[in-house]
Amino acid sequence: MSAKTLYDKIWDAHLAHEAEDGTSLLYIDRHLVHEVTSPQAFEGLRMAGRKVRNPEKTIAVPDHNVPTTLDRANAATMTEDSRIQVEALDKNARDFGIHYYPVSDVRQGIVHIVGPEQGWTLPGMTVVCGDSHTATHGAFGSLAHGIGTSEVEHVLATQTLIQQKSKNMKVEITGKLRPGVTAKDITLSVIGETGTAGGTGYVIEYCGEAIRDLSMEGRMTVCNMAIEGGARAGLIAPDEKTFDYVKGRPHAPKGADWDKALAWWKTLHSDADAHWDKVITLRAEDIAPVVTWGTSPEDVLPITADVPAPGDFEGGKVDAVKRSLEYMGLTPGTPLSAVEIDTVFIGSCTNGRIEDLRAAAAILKGRKIKQGLRAMIVPGSGLVRAQAEEEGLADIFKDAGFEWRLAGCSMCLAMNPDQLSPGERCAATSNRNFEGRQGRGGRTHLMSPAMAAAAAITGKLTDVREMM
Amino acid sequence: MDKFEKLTGIAAPMPMINIDTDMIIPKLFLKTIKRSGLGVNLFDEMRYDDDGNERPDFVLNKPQYRDAEILVAGDNFGCGSSREHAPWAIGDFGIRCIIAPSFADIFYNNCFKNGILPIALPQETVDLLMKDAGKGANARMDIDLEAQTITTSDGEVIRFEVDAFKKHCLLEGLDDIGLTLEKAATVDAFEAKASAERPWV
Ligand code: SF4
Repeated sequence: MSAKTLYDKIWDAHLAHEAEDGTSLLYIDRHLVHEVTSPQAFEGLRMAGRKVRNPEKTIAVPDHNVPTTLDRANAATMTEDSRIQVEALDKNARDFGIHYYPVSDVRQGIVHIVGPEQGWTLPGMTVVCGDSHTATHGAFGSLAHGIGTSEVEHVLATQTLIQQKSKNMKVEITGKLRPGVTAKDITLSVIGETGTAGGTGYVIEYCGEAIRDLSMEGRMTVCNMAIEGGARAGLIAPDEKTFDYVKGRPHAPKGADWDKALAWWKTLHSDADAHWDKVITLRAEDIAPVVTWGTSPEDVLPITADVPAPGDFEGGKVDAVKRSLEYMGLTPGTPLSAVEIDTVFIGSCTNGRIEDLRAAAAILKGRKIKQGLRAMIVPGSGLVRAQAEEEGLADIFKDAGFEWRLAGCSMCLAMNPDQLSPGERCAATSNRNFEGRQGRGGRTHLMSPAMAAAAAITGKLTDVREMM
Repeated sequence: MDKFEKLTGIAAPMPMINIDTDMIIPKLFLKTIKRSGLGVNLFDEMRYDDDGNERPDFVLNKPQYRDAEILVAGDNFGCGSSREHAPWAIGDFGIRCIIAPSFADIFYNNCFKNGILPIALPQETVDLLMKDAGKGANARMDIDLEAQTITTSDGEVIRFEVDAFKKHCLLEGLDDIGLTLEKAATVDAFEAKASAERPWV
């Protein structure tokens, strides 16, 4: 047998059929579903008189539309069309008999946080969802990627996906991170290095000492943004940390199944002499706390840098930078640390886990946010919220002046009422700074939870290291 | 699904890189439970001002491009969110073919499921087509999927590559799900074997 990457191994274990031209039918172990990208898929099934082939492998949770204010049980907090979408998911989950966490369930939250939390996501699995940040689940050494609604319907009906194999890319982060530098800074720095199309056609495996040193939460943050680098998926080989995280979760294997699973999971790593189509290496020591300044996740700079000028770039990027600086209301040469913000958003499937909230709380403890600032923390799930309350983090947030919300996607994409107004500038822990992403005309700077907390205190983009 | 064989149409130039799916169809319009009707909101924020009036300088608002069926765009088209609402909106507007130096993976796949042909070509070739598209309504391009060629308004013929299976499905208007269900026995056999090996899944 020739040497294989982790991706090759998972691929081979799920290949149900391969045509001569390489078109493959990949078996899907877990299918996660949310309310925005699924209604048309269920409608398609109904119209064709088809069933969900494996409802026991299908898990649904509403997250994108749901209000995160404390009064959300009141139907009036949702717009008519949002309510219709959530109700459609309620009905579809019921009609087709799939696992479901309704808004009223404490386990409800962002689909990519709920999956791992409930033990649905396990090493070596194939995981798909009609959502590009499905890459998050790659942190467990599972092949996880986003799909379109037609593919959602395909997986519902057949439990398989028609795929072409991607190429293998290795992203190695050597050495140790410096203080104040987090998983978010790693993943943003990688995109800054490769560009948003640098991973197109690849599945990335992240490795190296700095990746190994990350917690599972941190690894999820790294894999979450693999898609922002254009990759189909991002993976991290499972290790003891992974197994410890998984063990005992509601849907993790137990007893003899656990032993059998563990034995297989331990084989899930790239062979030493495996072939890589592309390799990127970054030194952890060179990574600084970063922020984005433009309207593409590749527009990344250390917080100590200045706003760049269009002339610093080449090709199509010159016009893109011109456009994005105008949109962002920034002048070249301005120190990033002088940019004043109006709003802080801590949450999303990138940074809405307990560790993220702990990192924010460590900075906010005993401090107050800048007067007049709007600041909200939206935990990634009801269980994250409960744990943060138990650990006393919620009190720190409230004392500092943050709104303490219920779980959902919230201002990550602003499909619910949490939105930026035109020109409003936000320090956000989410994953996309596209034009209008957080509300029409809204200006987004992406960063880590600790950096967002620091910005909340000063009212400007801030180097968190000055507050540690 | 609609078949795609040949297309002769007006091509609209959009020489921007990284046109993301949030730009193609902002989230406001994702609250639908239908696939149709999204065309009026295609490129909503670029196309209309805050009061909902058309911005006259946006390419698809210009008289010569209102009926465009082809889009020529910059690198990394369709990046970002996986929303299939993006190709739905593009198709609903009437655009059946997009030409760009590269496409984001999920968007590229989504196009084929909706009768839209995405064509990736080297930057220099796209530059040439961009120029051709700049000529407006008189400059019609011909796209021939069977022959895998684009013919410019000057009669220059450019070849493009496309995956054989995807091409076949698009030419025939085939439904993927139906095709896969024909392989049910293969999937059943695989599933039985996999669940013996990995009973915890
Ligand atoms: S938190 Fe944001 S990125 Fe994550 S699933 Fe929700 S909308 Fe998508």
